[in-house]
Amino acid sequence: MDKDKLDELEVDIDKCMHCGACVGSCPQNAITLREVLIEFGDNCTLCKRCIKACPVGAITLLEDD
Amino acid sequence: MKRDYDVVVVGAGPAGSMTAKWAAKKGANVLMIEKRQEIGSPVRCGEGISKAWHDSVGLKLDKKSVAWEVKGAKLVSPNGSTFYLSEKMAGDEVGIVIDRVFFDKLLARDAIKAGSDLQLKASATKLLKSGNKVVGVRVRSMEGTRDITCGCVVGADGFESQVGRWAGIDTSLAPRDITSCFQYRLTNIDQDFDYCEFVLGSKAPGGYIWIFPKNKDTANVGIGMQLTKLSQPADVKKYLDKFIQGDPRLRKGRPLELVSGAVSVCAPIEKTIGDGILLVGDAARMIDPITGGGISNSCKAAKVAGEVLAKATKENDFSERSLTRYENGWRDILENQLYRNWLAKEKLVTLSDETFDKVIATLNEVGVDKMSTFAILKAVKTRYPELVKEFEEFL
Repeated sequence: MDKDKLDELEVDIDKCMHCGACVGSCPQNAITLREVLIEFGDNCTLCKRCIKACPVGAITLLEDD
Repeated sequence: MKRDYDVVVVGAGPAGSMTAKWAAKKGANVLMIEKRQEIGSPVRCGEGISKAWHDSVGLKLDKKSVAWEVKGAKLVSPNGSTFYLSEKMAGDEVGIVIDRVFFDKLLARDAIKAGSDLQLKASATKLLKSGNKVVGVRVRSMEGTRDITCGCVVGADGFESQVGRWAGIDTSLAPRDITSCFQYRLTNIDQDFDYCEFVLGSKAPGGYIWIFPKNKDTANVGIGMQLTKLSQPADVKKYLDKFIQGDPRLRKGRPLELVSGAVSVCAPIEKTIGDGILLVGDAARMIDPITGGGISNSCKAAKVAGEVLAKATKENDFSERSLTRYENGWRDILENQLYRNWLAKEKLVTLSDETFDKVIATLNEVGVDKMSTFAILKAVKTRYPELVKEFEEFL
């Protein structure tokens, strides 16, 4: 896993509803719900499933912009 | 070695509380932990349920738990035609729209009255293991972090379940078995408040839009869509917004609450137990793949879980072998139906709007005798056997 790439996964806290849709959808169990944020672990493979699963579009991969 | 509790239940939603209630009632020493600071809040649910199963799990709703009673369900096809599943054809089975904030508290209260302990704002952070056997759970709370030993940990921690994954139970989902959801509680709307409405077809690809009345001018208006049908971020919310803007009854409504989340719409998973570990409810992927509803299945399985855990406590045996009674017990009740509805869902997500129109027309012609997915599928079979070919043996 390329750590630099992981830095590019970003959560927009103005959009995030903290619902856990991304957590349950992650095939690597690489996402953790924190009290106010979600956190991506280094076992993330950038499969982008969480980006799809997020109902409100709060997760973006910066390189996609 | 003396343990702190016989059973620790992680998550105090319906599945967790119902498990705790039946385990405690029959003699187990039970602790429930809930990561949130309030049971039932924030709501992550459309809140429409049926009533027929309540007696079988010992559930008696109080006034506050029921927001609204409806006469039945209304299916809306893409061309706007409707099919009513009414009280009359459904016998005395009516639908209700519950208030999860109170409903979940009622279930937790039942568990506490049965003797279960409950701690709020307490998160499980890891499982304690001895070899492959689960022997307890690490809990972070206001009192700090402590290790709690027990005979069995129950993972009732919902869609985003960690407990099962920590225990090495495979609960992973394929994208086609994940439905992403968004919902407004809209007020100031006009609606057919005697019915829970389900809008089918390409307005919600791979899912449906629901309008479940909470009172005369307020409803939960939500959407669920299959992950594989989504292309852009926030598609789910965009489809719902578009639907609301296109519906004059809803357009003037304003939200009192936003809800997001996801549900599993998968076939029954292979295993829900291990040594000292058991999964129940959404964590065990027990949600109905067609409706996306999970409460009745969760409660039915949870009663079995609680009773088996009480027996395991008496026998002082929480091995996988002992818990097999739960694995077999819940499958006896739910497995066929879950599998059939998963196959039906796999078919439904492929249907064109024209086919949905035809199906609704057929239902109006032949009628259904019960308010259930099963009855609808049977009615569809009379005219379109090819639509139900893959799961005919279950009809």
